[in-house]
Amino acid sequence: MATEFHNLQELRQSPSLATKVFIQRDYSEGTVCRFQIKFPSELGSRIERTLFEDTVKTLNTYYAEAEKVGGQSYMEGCLACATAYFIFFCMETRYEKVLKKISGYIQEQNEKIYAPRGLLLTDPVERGMRVIEVSVFEDRGSSGSSPSSNVSSGISQR
Amino acid sequence: MLHLRVAEPMRECEYSQISTRSSTPMETPYKKRTPKRRKWQAFPGRNKFYCNGRIMMARQTGVFYLTLVLILVTSGLFFAFDCPFLSMQITPAIPVIGGVLFVFVLGTLFRTSFSDPGVLPRATPDEAADLERQIDVANGSSSGYRPPPRTREVVINGQTVKLKYCFTCKIFRPPRASHCSLCDNCVERFDHHCPWVGNCVGKRNYRFFYMFILSLSFLTIFIFAFVITHVILRSHRYGFLNTLKDSPASVLEVVVCFFSVWSIVGLSGFHTYLISSNQTTNEDIKGSWSSKRGKGNYNPYSYGNIFTNCCAALCGPLPPSLIDRRGFVQLDTPQSIPPTNGITMYGSTQSQSHMAAATPLLQSEPVILTDEAFLPGRTSLGGPCSGALPLGGHPTPPTSTPNLSCDNDMLPLRNEQSDGLRHHHTDGGHHHFLTPEEAPSPPGMLPCGSPLGHSHTIQGFYNPASQDSLHEDSVRGLVKLSSV
Repeated sequence: MATEFHNLQELRQSPSLATKVFIQRDYSEGTVCRFQIKFPSELGSRIERTLFEDTVKTLNTYYAEAEKVGGQSYMEGCLACATAYFIFFCMETRYEKVLKKISGYIQEQNEKIYAPRGLLLTDPVERGMRVIEVSVFEDRGSSGSSPSSNVSSGISQR
Repeated sequence: MLHLRVAEPMRECEYSQISTRSSTPMETPYKKRTPKRRKWQAFPGRNKFYCNGRIMMARQTGVFYLTLVLILVTSGLFFAFDCPFLSMQITPAIPVIGGVLFVFVLGTLFRTSFSDPGVLPRATPDEAADLERQIDVANGSSSGYRPPPRTREVVINGQTVKLKYCFTCKIFRPPRASHCSLCDNCVERFDHHCPWVGNCVGKRNYRFFYMFILSLSFLTIFIFAFVITHVILRSHRYGFLNTLKDSPASVLEVVVCFFSVWSIVGLSGFHTYLISSNQTTNEDIKGSWSSKRGKGNYNPYSYGNIFTNCCAALCGPLPPSLIDRRGFVQLDTPQSIPPTNGITMYGSTQSQSHMAAATPLLQSEPVILTDEAFLPGRTSLGGPCSGALPLGGHPTPPTSTPNLSCDNDMLPLRNEQSDGLRHHHTDGGHHHFLTPEEAPSPPGMLPCGSPLGHSHTIQGFYNPASQDSLHEDSVRGLVKLSSV
């Protein structure tokens, strides 16, 4: 585990990126937006499994809420159709509102959980909703380990 | 440090060069502050953008204008020549309903034509490299020959679906996505590319497209019916020939509507069927879910009943655009493994030192390093540009080099900016994808475009003065690394 405290600002200024881990989409339930909850081995030493899985599960819940085909989306759809879709110029769709909530959540998770461990989550919407990108920074606190060995050990785990 | 200042002013100059806040030798020729570019200006697909990125269409828009002209002229003639008679003789509701239909048709047409159909942004270099690694591990294949087509299988609702790897976009396409060869984009829930609306029809604009053809069917039938009514009523009163003399436009309207009705109503019917069974045109044509393929073959995306399928397609949530056309191209990504090489391109000396610094970070991508090592033999400016090309494994290096000059503030930090290189696509090269194994051959990748590219590159090269502070900090950080 990282012994040195990082804050988010310090991380953003530090170019000591070791590697990036990508959490892919889970298409087993169709085209709805869902990410795989499988815990990647590269993060094994950096963060607790449960914390990470909770983050991904919460994100999946948010996306499910955004894409839910139900009463509210029908209302929105019918209203939009009735106005020849001109209403989209004035109104924010439910999906957009949920995406804003998601980016707030990711920011909060980064500040509280990931940055102190030398990790950084990138909002999936910036990656075309394909992946959750986890940037792994050098663990400056760990003694004796050079950046190259960190990366090569991370890669060899694949 | 003090003694240096006194005794060796030259040394002091060198130190000040390293600091990103002061002017570097590369910076002085380019005093002009390069404006921030919007992402649509660096979009890799073959799309046209208008109104500063608000409007997005395919490259060929001629047929769209034809559609527009036909609708406007026919409706205009109807309102001008037929409506006065009809509103007086029958009811004034006719032009009102006609007007509502007309507005609806135009609104949905513009929505379909101008909006993002659901384009998937291309993979960032890191993502692409990560996928390549996973594929190589899975295949166990060696470089030297082109590996077999890459697919992934996933089980959706009990049905096995194959996800194909897109060599242009460097992603595994989500289910139902397809790559449009005309627009050179992967589009989610790709239905078809419609020249009549001048755009692809995909996840985000399918409902607008359906509403367009549905309302156009109604409008066409409406105009056809009431023009015939007009002609008949007038003929009873004034005779057929006189009617034709008084209202010659009616003939034109009838002809246009008659020929349109078959195709448009037919298309509406076809798409109604597709929506009710939750299929795309693409899937229907290929027979993906047809029972002819096998006994157990069924559509895993269908909700089971027609009503739910229709509601989901037409009234489901509308996802926002993933390509963020009007956003500004970001320079704030120091946290990106390959582009650390890009940052080095201030001058050859610095590039050497940065290369050394970046080496530990690039152990996973030795081919790129090789390319880097190759570059210092070229000009200090031209080299880095072409060197940046394989970092993302871009498929169109020949046309990329000239355009690096345009994307001057994108060159050094290319995490997000892999798109920028494909600004101007040519037909010939665009499917020549670049795997990391193929990367180390920049000269081969740069035919006729390169001389122009090099000179052009010098003009609009990356101007450090336009960086934001985040980038400056990261560069300073790299310099510290190199001094270790």
